[in-house]
Amino acid sequence: MSLAADVRVGRGPLTVELGIEVADGEVLAVLGPNGAGKSTLLRVLAGLLPPDDGRVTVGQETWDDVDAGVHVPAHGRRLGMVFQDHLLFPHLSVTDNVAFGLRTRGVRKPAARRAARDWLARVGIAELADRRPGRLSGGQAQRAALARALVGDPALLLLDEPLSALDARTRLTVRAELRRHLAEYAGSTVLVTHDPVDAMALADRVVVVEEGRVVQAGTPADVSRHPRTDYVARLVGLALLPGTGEGTTVRLDGGGRVAVAEESAGEVFVAVRPESVALYPARPEGSPRNVWSLRLVSATPHGSTVRCELDGEVPLLADVTGAAYAELGLAPGTPVWASVKASEIAVYAR
Amino acid sequence: MRRRRREPGVPVPLLVPAVLAVAFLLLPLAGLVVRAPWGELGPQLTSPAVGQALRLSLVSATAATGLSLVLGVPLAWVLARSTARGRSVLRALVTVPLVLPPVVGGVALFLVLGRQGILGSWLDGTFGVTIPFTTTAVVIAETFVAMPFLVISVEGALRAADARFEDAAATLGADRWTTFRRVTLPLVAPGIAAGAVLCWARALGEFGATITFAGNFPGTTQTMPLAVYLALQQDPEAAIVLSLVLLVVSVATLLLLRDRWLSRAVR
Repeated sequence: MSLAADVRVGRGPLTVELGIEVADGEVLAVLGPNGAGKSTLLRVLAGLLPPDDGRVTVGQETWDDVDAGVHVPAHGRRLGMVFQDHLLFPHLSVTDNVAFGLRTRGVRKPAARRAARDWLARVGIAELADRRPGRLSGGQAQRAALARALVGDPALLLLDEPLSALDARTRLTVRAELRRHLAEYAGSTVLVTHDPVDAMALADRVVVVEEGRVVQAGTPADVSRHPRTDYVARLVGLALLPGTGEGTTVRLDGGGRVAVAEESAGEVFVAVRPESVALYPARPEGSPRNVWSLRLVSATPHGSTVRCELDGEVPLLADVTGAAYAELGLAPGTPVWASVKASEIAVYAR
Repeated sequence: MRRRRREPGVPVPLLVPAVLAVAFLLLPLAGLVVRAPWGELGPQLTSPAVGQALRLSLVSATAATGLSLVLGVPLAWVLARSTARGRSVLRALVTVPLVLPPVVGGVALFLVLGRQGILGSWLDGTFGVTIPFTTTAVVIAETFVAMPFLVISVEGALRAADARFEDAAATLGADRWTTFRRVTLPLVAPGIAAGAVLCWARALGEFGATITFAGNFPGTTQTMPLAVYLALQQDPEAAIVLSLVLLVVSVATLLLLRDRWLSRAVR
């Protein structure tokens, strides 16, 4: 069922030319800024937009082959798609929305509804089955949209910014659930997002797309550790630390503790943005809860700031101004104190 | 949130013409109500001639609306969704009956569907069917004049509807026909209903094309507007009564439109 796509499609001044391969059970995140051609790629994969050139195959099936004149329209492809703003049909109940794909493929109404209710239970909104989508919260609607996409056991799952319409808190829970469902899903998944956190948390592999081209590909850790373009660096410029939540502290897998504002439990990620890290030559006064004695590993100019890679109890990235960098008298190997406000640290389930 | 007007009140140069406009629009209707022979209303209304004309009007306007729905909704879809070239030309042509004097429409219909007409002579020769001066002619004349109202209204609703719902339906295995039936149609139902009411009201009041193409025969082609016109020359009181009936029907239609659909369909 694995997906192989190598397509070219013109969209106004931009030519999108992308090749991707996704194995069965694998989640590929396509990460990039708005207008990079991510959604265009997804529309091509979905069959909503015929490519100008190239091929799309899923397992043994050819969905697009421009040279051979093959184009299977969207409704002939066995796929599921989740849209940014869910696009649940407002005139149908949640159950009938989820059952829609089964009905169009010839499943009888009672059986389709039964399957829909099973899926609603799996995504945890069984009690909302008879509601209209207009009366769902954003998170509930996105769960229903996921059920609608997965109920037909698709060969390919396409997720178009599935979390970006949600508020921060809902996003955390829905992201953790989505991660669980993706782990259980046997087909190939392509996730389009402009949020590196989504990509890091959900994907097995990431391709970064800029102006219609792949600029970097690799595992999430790879891409975030070794950004190859300025965009990627800024995009993933955050320290992502795995750990175990214990109330408002997280015990890091690599040793050390981080105080956070939100309570968490179990396996979590802690994400620290470099700009929220403050550096001091001596232990800072007052009692910030996150203070670590670290050592500077390397420093690289990064826009108008200097990005400092720090090691010690907690590996961190810190952005400081050139003036501050000079004032601190920093050089590789220099000891330095770092502090981060608990409220500026994101924590989310792994 | 709607922004508030900076100053309360209306400037006099705008207020005076606005009041005149209201008077201009409402006084004739008020006159109709005042002059109505309220005492004889009962007998007038129950006279067979009125009943006949009213029934014919309602039946033919409803039939014209039905025909407009069957033909006009698909046409609106083509105008709103098709990417074929010449669409704007098609739209312009389709809306010609909106601005065309109805009498001209009646003449045109007569030239095509009349006994000597291009289609009419063939229909007559092959099937022995004659259309002019029949109730069918009334329905055709009304449809010709009223269908553009429906097409424009439904096309607007289709354009306003989020086409991405149709994408979503396609990814769920629905072909375009299934998508149209199960997603598009329910989404634009309020627009279709509003268009149908407009179309029906226009068909009910249709005069020029009807009298030209269908004539003025009581029982078969004499609709309410034709009856009013005829009555005015012979029995003005009857004309007033008939007009009152049409006024009531129109106002009822307007209320129905506003309360049920207009607020949602026309945003």
